[in-house]
Parts: sequence; C-alpha cells; structure tokens
Amino acid sequence: MGVTKEQVESSLKSKLSPSHLEVVDVSGGCGAKFTVEIVSEQFEGKRLLERHRMVNAALSEELKDIHALSITKALTPNQWEQQQESEKSQAAV
Amino acid sequence: SFRCLSALTPELRTTLDKVVASQKVLLFMKGTAEFPQCGFSSTVVQMLKSLNVPFETIDVLENEILRQGLKEYSNWPTFPQLYIDGEFFGGCDITVEAYKSGQLQELLEKALCS
Repeated sequence: MGVTKEQVESSLKSKLSPSHLEVVDVSGGCGAKFTVEIVSEQFEGKRLLERHRMVNAALSEELKDIHALSITKALTPNQWEQQQESEKSQAAV
Repeated sequence: SFRCLSALTPELRTTLDKVVASQKVLLFMKGTAEFPQCGFSSTVVQMLKSLNVPFETIDVLENEILRQGLKEYSNWPTFPQLYIDGEFFGGCDITVEAYKSGQLQELLEKALCS
C-alpha cells in the first residue's frame, strides 16, 4: 500500500511547520519513493543529522510504507534565503 | 492496540556496540561493496572508494533481524547507514552533502589517524 504526496506533506506541515516545502513523488505514482525539500525554523541550531532525524520522526508512520525517502534540503529560513540569493546571482552571470 | 515486539534485543544491542566499535569506517548496506543491491548503497560505496579509505560493509539483506534491529539501534529508518569511529554518521543524503562540502574527507582522515 502506497503513501500519497499529500499525506507526506500534511505530516511534515503539522509537525515541522515549514516555511517552504516541496515533496516530489518520484516513484511514478506507486507512492513508495519521495524527495523532500524543507525549510523550517525548527532546524535552527541543529546539525544535519538531527534535522534529518526530525523529518524521519515526522514521517514515522509513512516510512513504514515508503521505500525510499531522499531529503535533498533541510534548511533554516536564513540558509534558504542565502541559497536562493546565490542561485539568483549565479543565474545572472 | 497491537504493538510489535522490538527487534533490538539487549543481546543484539551488545553485539552491535561491539561491531561498530571494531571498525573505523563501517557501512551497513543493501548488498556488498562489489555488488550493491540499491542505488543509495551504491552511491555511498562509490564515495568511500573515491576517498580511498579502508572500510568494511555488512549486508543487511542477509539478515532480517539485523536489518530491523539496526533501524532502532541507529534511530534511522533506512539503509545505507554509515558509521565512522563507532558513531552513526548518516544515510545517503547526509553522506552526499558531507562529501560535497569536504567534511566527509576531513572526518574520515581524523578517524583513521586516531
């Protein structure tokens, strides 16, 4: 039984109140493989391992059915802004 | 409601304590370094090989109890799981990030020289 993108999003939203969230179902529809890009104030002062653990914990129910979860970004709002800025300036070059 | 019994028995925990402490760089993965059975495991193997560090691998597909127990032991739900100097370092995404930033190489050098 698969998990929907909406389920993943709603669990992450309720537990980590992200300011930016992008969940992509990369399974081709079976709901077993997702990538997550998430920006949350709750990541402030936490190492990447701790941040990923927070995401995993928020998805503990869904992870029983998800086969692969790739957390491509787990940033604080500040880091996110900086990254957006630098991407913009690179694009301008 | 029904609760599953923990796969991580005290005996398995003691064994895992010894196993992770016995290696500087240890990768619990799907398949072997020569024949990885999953893209994520393969990615971590490639990174470790490219950094030219000695490492050991343990195939979690060979042992279902080990596979379930390790998830609890590491407090990490997926594989691969990389241990450096007896400590859980992360899964594939974290290792990729650390590889790109140079932190992985730094940490491995430190571990291998200690």
